[in-house]
Amino acid sequence: MMEVSAAFEVVERYRGDAVVIPCQTARQPWFDVSQRPELDILFRGAMGKGTSLGLGIALGRPDRKVIVFDGDGSLLMNLGSLVTIVGSGVQNLYVFVLENGVYAGTGGQPIPNRGGLSFSTIAKGCGFSVAEDFDDLDTFAGRFPELIAQPGPVFGTLRTHPIISDYNPDEAMPHLFKSCADVRQALADAPEEG
Amino acid sequence: MVSKTHAFHVTPEKVVRKIVEAGVTHIPYLPGTERDTIHNLLTAAPELTLVPVCREGETMAIATGLIIGGKKPMVMIQNTGMFESGDSIRGFTYYARLPLVMMIGYRGWVLDGQARDSAGIYTQPILDAWRATSIPLVTDEDLDRIPEAYGIAEETGRPVALLLPDDASVPKASGASS
Repeated sequence: MMEVSAAFEVVERYRGDAVVIPCQTARQPWFDVSQRPELDILFRGAMGKGTSLGLGIALGRPDRKVIVFDGDGSLLMNLGSLVTIVGSGVQNLYVFVLENGVYAGTGGQPIPNRGGLSFSTIAKGCGFSVAEDFDDLDTFAGRFPELIAQPGPVFGTLRTHPIISDYNPDEAMPHLFKSCADVRQALADAPEEG
Repeated sequence: MVSKTHAFHVTPEKVVRKIVEAGVTHIPYLPGTERDTIHNLLTAAPELTLVPVCREGETMAIATGLIIGGKKPMVMIQNTGMFESGDSIRGFTYYARLPLVMMIGYRGWVLDGQARDSAGIYTQPILDAWRATSIPLVTDEDLDRIPEAYGIAEETGRPVALLLPDDASVPKASGASS
């Protein structure tokens, strides 16, 4: 198991100019470490659709890498998106599920069949050629630079400690509206070459 | 079941032509009954990239991402899939506030108002509840409003639904599979 914040510090070091989409309770730890907030979409709402949002950006800007950090409960709501991603032929999308076994955003209730399913196996079955499990930070930190350097789509399962929280409509993080507008503008300011 | 006494007159070739003329780049898509006729036309249009999905709720998210990436998507799903997609419509139009345009295959739509399919009965009330703008595409003349949908979506910050009757009432395109 690893702390989400520690894993995110590793990712931030290697993200370059990638668009990053942390979903649900992953937003706060990413917000805390990110050095490129203009390229972050702090995604909440339409739970489970973060992978699909990432696919849209990846299709729209094939010159940019897109990294999605989804929750396990979220991904279970939209498992078909893994099939859609592979079927799209996209090569610049990197999906990581933060497997903590609970719905962290609603107080920590267990997900169905907790501990009895393998997201990476599911991803492989959906057609991901790269789908790996990470149980500890050192292994993830050693492997991530290689994963992000290779063509996607790439899938990874990070076994993490949950960040239990409650829904807070008045949180201090930027609203999704601002995130989307900022990233849209940042990408428009750096148009695709060719 | 569409009333045989109230025929629609929408030409599939013109549907696709108007989509292209509107500058649409991508179509996040899941077939409905009305898509049988125009699917091949969409696939054959070099200006358009189809993005097939597994479940309709994906389409709004993909479309939002495409808009963020500078593209111009049109979601294309059936009304029954729109019912399933409620939280995506909420999340990606009311949260992200980006101009979402959806072409909705209107299963069960009848012009005499006597819908005999629950999909037909509930479509318009649900769109009204979302405060979406509805544009019925009943005749070829209506298809000229397709480009207008994007301006409305941008201006209102609400989704726009282009309502297309189902395949039972759309003339078959020559050469289209069935």
